[in-house]
This record gives sequence, structure tokens and C-alpha cells, in this order.
Amino acid sequence: MDLIQLTTGLNTFWVLITGALVFFMQAGFALVEAGFTRSKNTTNILFKNLMDFCIGTIGFWILGYGIMFGAGNGWFGEIELFSEVDHGTILGIPNMAFLFFQTVFAATAATIVSGAMAERTKFTSYLIFSAVISLIIYPISGHWTWGGGWLAQMGFHDFAGSTVVHSVGGWLALVGAAVLGPRLGKYKNGKINAIPGHSMTLGALGVFILWIGWFGFNPGSTLSLSNPELVANIFVTTNAAAAAGGIATLLVTWFRYGKPGLGMTLNGVLAGLVAITAGCDTVTPGGAVVIGLMAGVLVVFAVEFFDRIVKIDDPVGAVSVHCINGVFGTIMVGFFAKGNGISGLFYGGGTSLLVTQIIGVLAVAAWAVGCGLILFFALKKTIGLRVTKKEEENGLDYYEHGERAYN
Amino acid sequence: MKKIEAIIRISQFEEVCEALHEVGIDFFTYWDVTGVGNEKSGAIYRATVYETRLIPRRVITFVCRDQFVEAALDAICISARTGELGDGKIFISPIDDSVRIRTGEKGPESLYIKD
Repeated sequence: MDLIQLTTGLNTFWVLITGALVFFMQAGFALVEAGFTRSKNTTNILFKNLMDFCIGTIGFWILGYGIMFGAGNGWFGEIELFSEVDHGTILGIPNMAFLFFQTVFAATAATIVSGAMAERTKFTSYLIFSAVISLIIYPISGHWTWGGGWLAQMGFHDFAGSTVVHSVGGWLALVGAAVLGPRLGKYKNGKINAIPGHSMTLGALGVFILWIGWFGFNPGSTLSLSNPELVANIFVTTNAAAAAGGIATLLVTWFRYGKPGLGMTLNGVLAGLVAITAGCDTVTPGGAVVIGLMAGVLVVFAVEFFDRIVKIDDPVGAVSVHCINGVFGTIMVGFFAKGNGISGLFYGGGTSLLVTQIIGVLAVAAWAVGCGLILFFALKKTIGLRVTKKEEENGLDYYEHGERAYN
Repeated sequence: MKKIEAIIRISQFEEVCEALHEVGIDFFTYWDVTGVGNEKSGAIYRATVYETRLIPRRVITFVCRDQFVEAALDAICISARTGELGDGKIFISPIDDSVRIRTGEKGPESLYIKD
């Protein structure tokens, strides 16, 4: 075995093992969503999380991969069915390794939506829009950024996907939840009612699983171990932002509500993780802490904003965590970027990176929101997006699946 | 004083609470039960499709003064009714006496807060 083979072998191992860690985030999402919703809907939410990965895998393999990474033009890749065109070798790894790695990222974007639309979405409609997200919506904006498209050419920097993955999922979640409407009993006679989740245990376990999965999500995006220092830095910035997010939310909830809240603090950790994802390769550990702290504060106000002011019912806080902090984290790169070849405003890079980041955020937002509106309204008008009142009150588990989660 | 015990569908619970509130009943206890009755529900567990006579319901119970019984029964009946098999039952039983633990008051006075 020569040195080239060894390098390729090592990098392939790296991509595949981190890809497997990112896959495990599906379990994290499933448990968070189950824990933060009611037990009468548990089978349904678990099922949706299971199927969006299955559908995403096949959909991305059949069509999404080619659209995202095919040469094409700045806006759209190629229709390369069944991922047979090689996009991995140019990166030093086999095509199948790169396909697997990108598949688990695509599935992450798709699964974000199920949380915001939990407890009242029709199962068939969910399967359909999950497929459309993996096949078309995610790959196209993914092509603009990671596929060498127009945003990449502008210098837009989203290392592991605050915008590409999290904000796309987040915007779709926002539009979906808005078009769907709130859960029955959430807003009644001008009052805002809390609908508590059934298990903090599942929720907390889910967040820890997402946290460890993020140690694949961020460092894996180097796609190689040729720069061990960079990889190690990414582990540190990722972890620091998560911890800082948790601490910030702890303090905010303590002061704002009188008692620290576990549910919100769990969201705070996730907010930190989402926010650091764009710039995990380039910010300093100190920068990561600051970004995490801000994310932890932002998520609380975002939840209040959507819950109380705009009255868009988001049972798990998916929009506040993934959409708001995905946007925030991407823009923060324009300020805090220091290493790995780019410089932000705070490190003498001027405003050009910041402007590019903002443009990228807005472009992807417009794309995701636009697609979301078309998709969700189309579903609403045709097969319907929402379950019936009786189904929603008695629980989706019984009516959609005939199978209760708790016996 | 009478004790009213109603077994109702869980999906009707919110409506029943509101209806009771409207006739002046604001204090009651409830718990979830599994019952056996005429209603059968279909279920699937892995490869087995089966019918079960075990059905989830909710029991609401409260003690009220005699003059409220009629209104309370009507309220519960109207709000808990869906017209389908399995709507539930209400049982009325007499109560000998009642005590408020905090003050030691006895009789009908212990059932409500005087303004």
C-alpha cells in the first residue's frame, strides 16, 4: 500500500464514520420530537422520523445527489440518475463514500420539518413533502453552495450547513407550521395554552444524541484528515458553542421566568450547535463561545416570538432552533471568521464576507419559503395537510396506525 | 348533596369541563381508566390485526349540592355526547356528609366558597 492509498483509505474511513454519526442524529431528532409531544401521538412522530430517512435515502440516491453535485450551471446540477456520476474522486474519496455522507445531511434537513408540524399532520402528506424536500428543494439550494454553484463562486461560506441544511429545514418548517395551523386547544379565547410534552427523559436523551452526532456533522465536513489541527479545532468550537448555548439559555430562562427550564435549555444547546455549524472551521474557541451564548439567548426570544406574537404553533421549537439560528450562525461567520482561509469583520476582513453571507442567507430563505408555500398549499388543496378534529383529539397513533406507542 | 361520577370519552373532556364551568361546577377530580364495554376498537401490533374491547376513558367525579344536580347532568350529557356507541355513563349517589379539611366546615357549606 503506498502513501496515496493510505491517505485515501484514511479519508474514506473518516467520511464514513462521521457519516454514521450524522445518521445517528436521526435517532436524536426522533427522541426530541417524541419527548416534546404528547404520548397519544408518539407512534406517529416516530414513524414520520423513520420514514423521512428511508425516503430521503432513496430519493437523494435516485435524483438529489446529481442535482446537487452535477456540474450543470450555477443554479442547477444535472439529472444524473442513481448517483452514477462520480463526484467523490476529485475530493480524494470514493463516490459512494461521498454519496453516503451527503445523504445523511440531506436527511437531516428533511427531518427538521416533522417537529414543527407534529401532532396534526396527515401521514401521507408528510411522506410526500418529505420526498419533495430530499429530491428537489434541498439539492437545488445545496447546489448553489456545496455543489459549486453561484453562491459558492461568490465566496459564501457555510462549512457544515447552518444554511444549507438547518435553515432550509427551518424555513420549510416555518411555512409548513403556518399553513397547517396550530394544534387544537393551543390558542383558545385569546389565551395561549401550553401543551406539555410527555417525556423530558426522551427529550434530553435526544439532545445528547444530537450533540454527539454533531461531532460527525461538523468535523466530518472536512472530508479528510490531512489537517488534523483543523479537525481538532472543529471539535472544540462545536462543543464550546453547544455548552455556551446551554448556559446562556439556562440564565435567560432563570431570569425571565423565575425558574430555569430544562425544555428550553435543551433547545439552547441545539441552538448553539446549529449556529456554530456554518463557521466551525474558521472561528476561534472564544468566538464559538460568544456565538453559542448569543444563540442561547436568541432561541428563547424566537420561541416567544413565534408562540406568542406571530402565533405559529411549533411544538418542539424547530423553527426557533434551526431556522433562526441557522440564519444567525451563517451571518456570524461574516464577523467571527479568522482561520482556514477567510477573514471576518472582526479580524480585518472588512465587510465583503459579511455581505456575501447575508446574500446567501436571503437567497436560500427565498428559495425555501417559496418552495414551501407552493408545496404546502398544493397539498392542502389536494389531499389535505391536516388530520380531522376527531383524529387529532383522540391521538394520531390510533387513527393513522392502529398502533399505540404505550400499552 | 350528591356525588356525580361520569365516565366519558377523553376527546370530549375539554367540552365537558367548559360545560360544567358554565353551570357553576368548578371543582372536580378526574383520572384515566381503561374500560371494557360494547365498543370494540381495531388495533394492529406488528403482524397481528386484532380487536380489543379494552377502551380508554376518563372518569370525572365531584360532589355538589342538590340544586345543581339537574343542571350538571344536562351539561355533561350535552357536552359528552357524540352519538356513537361508547359515549359513557353518569352515576348519581347520595352523600352523607362532607368536610373541608382546611377549616373543618361541614355540610353543604364545605362544597363551595362563599363570596
